Amino acid sequence: MKEDVVVLEATTDGEGHRRWVRISHWVIALSIITLGISGVFILAVHPRLYWGEVGNDLVPAILEIPILANHRPEGWQRTVDFTEVSQSAFSANRMYPIFNQNGWARSLHFLAAWFFLLAGLIYALAGFISGHAKRSLLPKRGDFSLASLKKDVLEHVKPRAGAIGAGPPYGIVQRISYGIVLYVAMPLMVITGLAMAPAITAALPILLDIFGGFQSARTVHFFSFSVLLLFFVVHVTMVFITGFGRQMRAMTLGK
Amino acid sequence: MIDKRKVIPRRTFIAGLASSAGLTLAGCGETEPPTYGNLLRMGDWVTYKAHRLLLPEQALAREYDLGDISAMPATGTVNPGDDQQTFFDPVHGPEFSRVQSSGFDDWRITVEGSVDRPGVFSLQDLQKMPSRTHITRHTCEEGWSAIAQWTGVPLSTVLYACGMQSQARYVWFHAYDSWIDSIDMNDALHPQTILAYGMNGRQLPLSHGAPLRLRVERQIGYKSMKYLRKIVVTDNFADGGESVHIDDGWSWYNGI
Repeated sequence: MKEDVVVLEATTDGEGHRRWVRISHWVIALSIITLGISGVFILAVHPRLYWGEVGNDLVPAILEIPILANHRPEGWQRTVDFTEVSQSAFSANRMYPIFNQNGWARSLHFLAAWFFLLAGLIYALAGFISGHAKRSLLPKRGDFSLASLKKDVLEHVKPRAGAIGAGPPYGIVQRISYGIVLYVAMPLMVITGLAMAPAITAALPILLDIFGGFQSARTVHFFSFSVLLLFFVVHVTMVFITGFGRQMRAMTLGK
Repeated sequence: MIDKRKVIPRRTFIAGLASSAGLTLAGCGETEPPTYGNLLRMGDWVTYKAHRLLLPEQALAREYDLGDISAMPATGTVNPGDDQQTFFDPVHGPEFSRVQSSGFDDWRITVEGSVDRPGVFSLQDLQKMPSRTHITRHTCEEGWSAIAQWTGVPLSTVLYACGMQSQARYVWFHAYDSWIDSIDMNDALHPQTILAYGMNGRQLPLSHGAPLRLRVERQIGYKSMKYLRKIVVTDNFADGGESVHIDDGWSWYNGI
């Protein structure tokens, strides 16, 4: 394997992408798109977020996402107290049908999660062993200084002549966002996802302790998804801005 | 009461891997939950096998304190006797109304299949057996959760009382609202799997499955079936009838 040459001012020519990066990129990309679409369907069934262990239509939410009107406070019949203490714990019957496509959405979500998990593990491992993660992806020591951040941001706004190269070396803002997405948001998606699985938290109750409960994990899962969605939009936009054909060639054929 | 039999030997795991890859297993009398050649069911199958291989068989779901008990919605069927509800069963719905009017004195549950002594139990019979009470979180596939206290007889107690045979692999449940579903022996013999007749210190309310419901604490809420009327122990993954759309509907295993 040839030693990578770190070209500091490579604004027109990138190194391209190695084969394992290209393959895992597309497996991860497809699984994330599938997870995102099925996830939105799952969220739509109960688009309310809570903190702690408990959250349902009969308790207040910390956030209601306006996707579908599955929450209808007036559609409940017969509030019945479980105990002598009125309204401490009570029940009510839901008397309206809700939108629910979870039969396929959940199974598809977990199927895609397997691909995401396996490709993600291979990617993380290969990135660590080859030094790719440290060399090209993660923010470096000086990256967080105001001066270098400012310089990199200005680089992004400046009009350029011609298309930019594909692959490393990456700019500072790029490295910071890759770092957040790959080493914070994606692992968080997996951990919060596992924290919502009753069989897994029975074996590993620490997953519930980390987030403070099932509903907290679900809420963090949603916000972590929002970060990934934002990244996805910016990422695809940048691919178009910097030359769609060239970037796609680099991520498929490698050249 | 802990059954030490390995429910899923490695050999069947490999055989199942082959079947999920489309090499097909025998058409009927399968010992494994079938994938029906459906990609989503193959994913469910991998999850199920991974859980059974990697997770400890008897790990307990978290139990909470009395003060954690919360409001809990009643969704799905809230009265099997109501002929307006989606899952109304023209045979068993009216029968439910009849036993309900007797205060469930006439209610009986049958246990049959791979047992040496098929049994018929009244509510009093079950209440005389050793009971278990725990406070757990109900996690619905829709995304909501609630904490409640459940009291009932461990399913394993009833199964052993009926002389469950050693080759038995699955336990099927039939409900008054036409619902049919099953769990494997790992879940059936789990200490927290109970046939619950009490909720939050009182009799199980109608909308939460009176007079008897199942609690499977390590799976998603819809596996904890309400309004039980019949339990069938099987050696194979027998098809549960037309109300079970495992092939094109919902995941059979839901530990996630």
